[in-house]
Amino acid sequence: MTEHVEWSEPEAVAAPASAAVTPADAADAARLVAFGLQPKLQPARDQEYGELLRRYREDPPFARLADAVATGLGLVVLEVSPRAGMAVTAAEDSVFAVRMSDYARRTSSDAGDRFLHGLAHLAVAALAFPRPEDLADDGYIGRVSVNGVDSFVRQACRRLEERAEEQGENTDPATDAPGLEAAWRIWARRSATGATKDARRLAGSTTGIVGKAVAFLTDSGFLQRTGDDNGGTYRTTARYQLQVRDMAGSAALAELLELGVVPVTDGTATLLPAEDTDDLELVADAGLPFHS
Amino acid sequence: MPEGFAWVWGRAWGCRERCAAAHLSLAASRFAAWARPVSERWARTRPGIRGPPRCDPRPRLPLPRGAPPPFGSLSERGPNLCTVTSPASTDSVPPQLSAGPRPAPGPAADEGLARRLRALACTAPLHDLDARKANLAGEYSVYGMAEIALAAIDLVTLNMDFDTGADHEQIVARLVPRIAAQAPQRPAAEHERVARWVLENLINVGSVDRGFRAVYGTFAPDGTYVRRDYDFKLIEEVPGYGGGVYLRTTDEAVNVLVGALDTDVTSAQIAAEVKLEVLISRGRLADAQLAAEQARYRTVQYSETLRKALDATRRNVRAVDWLHAVPDMIAEALDHVADRYRHENAILTNIRKARDESEEPEHKRRAAELVDIVKDCIRRHTQLQSRLLEAGPLFRAEQDRQAFATPAAESGIDLYGHLVAPVLPMPLEQAVRVTDAFFARGTGFRTRASVRVGDLVDLLLTPPVEREHLGAEMPEPDLIATPDDSRFSEEQLAAATELLDLPADAPRRLSGLLAEARRQDPELPYLVALLAVHAASPPVGTAYRQGEEKLLFAVDDGTELDDAEFGGADLIVGTALLDAVGMAADRS
Repeated sequence: MTEHVEWSEPEAVAAPASAAVTPADAADAARLVAFGLQPKLQPARDQEYGELLRRYREDPPFARLADAVATGLGLVVLEVSPRAGMAVTAAEDSVFAVRMSDYARRTSSDAGDRFLHGLAHLAVAALAFPRPEDLADDGYIGRVSVNGVDSFVRQACRRLEERAEEQGENTDPATDAPGLEAAWRIWARRSATGATKDARRLAGSTTGIVGKAVAFLTDSGFLQRTGDDNGGTYRTTARYQLQVRDMAGSAALAELLELGVVPVTDGTATLLPAEDTDDLELVADAGLPFHS
Repeated sequence: MPEGFAWVWGRAWGCRERCAAAHLSLAASRFAAWARPVSERWARTRPGIRGPPRCDPRPRLPLPRGAPPPFGSLSERGPNLCTVTSPASTDSVPPQLSAGPRPAPGPAADEGLARRLRALACTAPLHDLDARKANLAGEYSVYGMAEIALAAIDLVTLNMDFDTGADHEQIVARLVPRIAAQAPQRPAAEHERVARWVLENLINVGSVDRGFRAVYGTFAPDGTYVRRDYDFKLIEEVPGYGGGVYLRTTDEAVNVLVGALDTDVTSAQIAAEVKLEVLISRGRLADAQLAAEQARYRTVQYSETLRKALDATRRNVRAVDWLHAVPDMIAEALDHVADRYRHENAILTNIRKARDESEEPEHKRRAAELVDIVKDCIRRHTQLQSRLLEAGPLFRAEQDRQAFATPAAESGIDLYGHLVAPVLPMPLEQAVRVTDAFFARGTGFRTRASVRVGDLVDLLLTPPVEREHLGAEMPEPDLIATPDDSRFSEEQLAAATELLDLPADAPRRLSGLLAEARRQDPELPYLVALLAVHAASPPVGTAYRQGEEKLLFAVDDGTELDDAEFGGADLIVGTALLDAVGMAADRS
């Protein structure tokens, strides 16, 4: 967004009559960013928000001003549209950024817990957008449930366990090197739920961890609760799709590439039946919903 | 259930006890090698014998290291096995052990040992209960905790339903009579407390994972000694309908309970049945009851397998092998249910006769119990059968829902294929970097609340708001108009119907129909294929009731479909003429 700021100055020189920025404009731009900082606010439900969005789209100097305000606050603008509103997210070192240690206390000392919380967020996204085209399709609304996410991960874990057994691998980790334990085992051995004294969800169980993730995402304006079935069902919002597509997915993929893992899929539609039967059998045996 | 479950050693479980992982592995290895015959002998002669105090690092049965152990066919390997898992072998290796006459056993021999160690570990939480009951406030030594624990596992297994598990309170209530029988003079509240304590310890409520961990040692392929963690659960808590928490026994627990059940379910079931019939015909009811109970455990295991497959299908059709594995399993299970139903009814008649004709009250009682068990078996089979019948339609519905979706041309990141699938098999320390990266960018932002002292004072001095009797006002729901997402238009349906309106005497191949449809509209073949697949199971009953004159049907004659977009059988699609007049006469 910084290039926008640099751009505005020469243009201001070129066309001083139209582009003189008044304090009122700056206030409006900041107001728009402030609306963007209320992620649960729907543009359609606030007239002023809607008008500012329209102005952003129709008045390029104003748009650059709003972008500059956002950038100055340490925000990244993902999209500005009537459906998503002013979709902003925190830059890496911004005061608005969420840190894992603030999110869940145990995670700072326990790598296993840290992983479980991270994986819960990844799994929610993966189940909300099961196919690449769902993530690409702006009109797509994903639906997830807490128990569904847990079962989804457990099933993937079970496949890995079965595969390891078939190959005669001993996946029990060495006692003195917990960091070398296969990641799926961490999820598989954590209990799915548990009885508590006050009938709330057991925070340390996997459904508790997923429940925390979806509740947090709901507060971020990324999910909307639609019902109580299956531990709570949720619907995705446009902002979530943008966040996952433009920020989280690529960041995680970059990290994966840095670790030397290059996941190869055929790029198009991994959920569709494969063309030739050999491939089909491979997928069926691997038991995974996607090419692995 | 085995009556005297007597061998007991120090506690080595969970995160709660620091003292003893090594202790278990030492004791375990010795037991694996030769303790079974001894313990069985003890069980017969001295039931209720107690193990060593908790942190005593010596095994209960002292044996000079290196001396040939006295019992068992495995005694040959005894000394080596001891050193394999003894903590001493890594800390300070006595020379005669590492450089002994025999080299360290290879990975293959080790694998069997590891498996036995793990099986052995599953029983340890039960022994452990008896070892720890002394620590409870109050005098609890009258209770046989291992016995209660086995009974609890038993109850949970038998009360597990197809969909949910067993109810926590119900299990406690059913455990209490047995506990009361152990100590009738004690107050009922104490009995319940014991029941809860046992159940909580089987779940291992105190640990984060709510499970158990045992440490054992193996040799890696390169000959190095590796100590490994084995994590397992006996009773796990699963989410049920309406947010409730239910109990299910794990496979490990069923193995502890029924013995080595690690066999082919069907063949084990058949063996148990044959045994049962023979036993009944010979009038050995006590043994017959045992066999019937074992048959019931296997039935439960069978439905569990099916439940897991169906759950997986509901989530993702392609995660389950519906081409071979599941149809085979369903066919097998249906045969099996039919077979079992016949057998059990025959058995039931037999036992009823035994019950009514028997003079001996003990025989009569056993026969009556057996009748109950067999009835329960029949009930479970009927339940399994209804699930089996639903499996096919469920698959087809999910197939429609998941596979006939629009193929979109765009693609982006495939979250599962690119991220979840590669991350799960990675070692934790690497995987956590990827999930951290996702978390950092995928959670959005938080506007932090900053507190001013002035506000804080105001806030603290504000009297609490009176709660409205009716609660807070309901927020207006956000309604979003969902776009019309019909896959096919009306015109396409009309075109497909016209195409499939075949003369009764000239059925056609699906391949031909698809080719013709493709010439009209590239989307049309999908609809034609869908209709043809539906016609493979034509709604005959509906047609009969409504007096239709013709019905579209499709038959698979084994010819493979050779098509760029579709796979499967090249169905023969045709129209069947129905005798509407005859059917009308039939109906009236």
